[in-house]
Amino acid sequence: MKIIVAIKQVPARDSQLKIQSGGQWIEEDDLTFEINEPDAYALEEALQLKEKHGGEVVALCLGPARAASTIREALAKGADRAIHISEESINGLDTLAVAKLLAGAIKSEAPDLVLTGLQSDDLGYGQAGVVLAELLGVPHATIIMQVGIEGGTLRVKRELEDGWFQFVTMPLPAVLTIQSGINKLRYATLMGIKKAKTKEIKVLTAAEAGGAGAAVSTLDRVYVPQRTKVSTIFEGDAKSTAAQLVEKLKFEVRVL
Amino acid sequence: MSLLLVVLEQGAQKWHKMSWEAVAAGQQIAQQAGMSMASVVIGQCVAAMAAEVPGKVFAIEHALLEHYTADGYTAALAELIKAEQPALVIFPHTYQVRDFAPKLATRFGQVLISDVTQVKAAPGTVTFVRQLFQGKLNADVSGQGGVTFMSVQAGSYRADQMVAGPPEVQVVTPVLDASAIRQKPEAPFRESTRAVDLTAADIIVSVGRGIKEKDNIHLVEELAAAMGAELAASRPICDNGWLPMERQVGSSGQTVSPKVYMAIGISGAIQHLVGMKGSKTIVAINKDPNAPIFEVADYGICGDLFEVVPALIDEVKKARG
Repeated sequence: MKIIVAIKQVPARDSQLKIQSGGQWIEEDDLTFEINEPDAYALEEALQLKEKHGGEVVALCLGPARAASTIREALAKGADRAIHISEESINGLDTLAVAKLLAGAIKSEAPDLVLTGLQSDDLGYGQAGVVLAELLGVPHATIIMQVGIEGGTLRVKRELEDGWFQFVTMPLPAVLTIQSGINKLRYATLMGIKKAKTKEIKVLTAAEAGGAGAAVSTLDRVYVPQRTKVSTIFEGDAKSTAAQLVEKLKFEVRVL
Repeated sequence: MSLLLVVLEQGAQKWHKMSWEAVAAGQQIAQQAGMSMASVVIGQCVAAMAAEVPGKVFAIEHALLEHYTADGYTAALAELIKAEQPALVIFPHTYQVRDFAPKLATRFGQVLISDVTQVKAAPGTVTFVRQLFQGKLNADVSGQGGVTFMSVQAGSYRADQMVAGPPEVQVVTPVLDASAIRQKPEAPFRESTRAVDLTAADIIVSVGRGIKEKDNIHLVEELAAAMGAELAASRPICDNGWLPMERQVGSSGQTVSPKVYMAIGISGAIQHLVGMKGSKTIVAINKDPNAPIFEVADYGICGDLFEVVPALIDEVKKARG
């Protein structure tokens, strides 16, 4: 069973974001980057499926040179090898372009299963996996909380809204987008980190991955949202702010 | 006049409530951009439901559309879009739409401009506003010609602003091939009956990632106890197993609107906000002044929850005597 996991490197969660002077994107120089969290769950799911069914896990990442650290981490956690589509200016790419490049790299690998996170924490379009499936001509399911494989058939648990779930079966090969919380993430071991250094990372240019094509949507401007609600922010130390809040809750909201 | 299509969502002959928000969005955008509008309902037998929709509405009916599948819905809608040639297709941003609309857009060489919070429309130009970085930033996005696909975020348009009107239903029967529908769905189910009904609570104390580790959960438990509140959490806390899933508030958990919602160490990603932004009073305690939770908060404390929460417990106990 060959599983490809598409992972993305995004700014660390608690980053203080500053907008570039042209308003086109954020300043990246002072940021630290990490694996997109839902993709970490997708990677873990792939590793667990390999442990159960045997085979190979290939990490696939589209990103600039800095993405190499996230790829190394995936290898340290247990991916067997990696493909890095090296592209410095990924922020100008729309999701169709991203999926085209991923599909270009995946086609010659002919995997049984492609996993990715349900959305990215930066752009948050939540569709790379679905578009990828359409481009590869294979079935898909999204927001997956459980993956079962029997023979050539996939039976997955889809999360619906409001606490509902549903099982869906489909033939392999297929693409699944994985929901955070589907499994428990592992840490890389010292041995894993050591081993990762010897694992293969194939680097492709965008052209070698088939090219991204022309943009069909553009990100025109990035800006800080305007506050629509007038909030009262209490000033002072912990004791004083707590006292001010309780005063409001008791005498204005009247719930205490 | 170019056409704007709004795709409504139903399941088992019941409307998804966001359908009406999408219709309201469609009506407003059609008016601003000078477009004509039609709605679409999909299912096995939906003509009667379609008659509840104001204005022109296509009822796409087929036995293979009885239960939702990404392949079936994509094929059925692709056929209608080819025939009607809309300039803009609007969806409610539901889990189901996330499952098939990107696939449909790909068929037309387009992307789904997803989770849109605002549309700036004028004749000949439409710009979409959507959130980046879990709501920390906004972006203006525009299509580059051809049919544009977009989904509207929950709560961005108000269903009660939908303009009523007489229905004009047109039943459409697509050509579908059973063997081309590869997903076989089973009946939806709930994990277990919910032991915790957060929707009945007057006060909710809710905890997020800021609590850092499981061993710190007792802090918010003590606060909830002192306030006589129910304890709730954002998704990551339940993912980690620090609190049971049934205490989760947000798009995949419960939707609540208590008198007071205290968000502690919750940044306010949109998936969480949709589950609680209807609360009467929202209190946010977070160390990041730029956290999106402050956008919806009535009262805020920007500080370290490990200092603020113990102080709050003391003050609440004093206040309640």
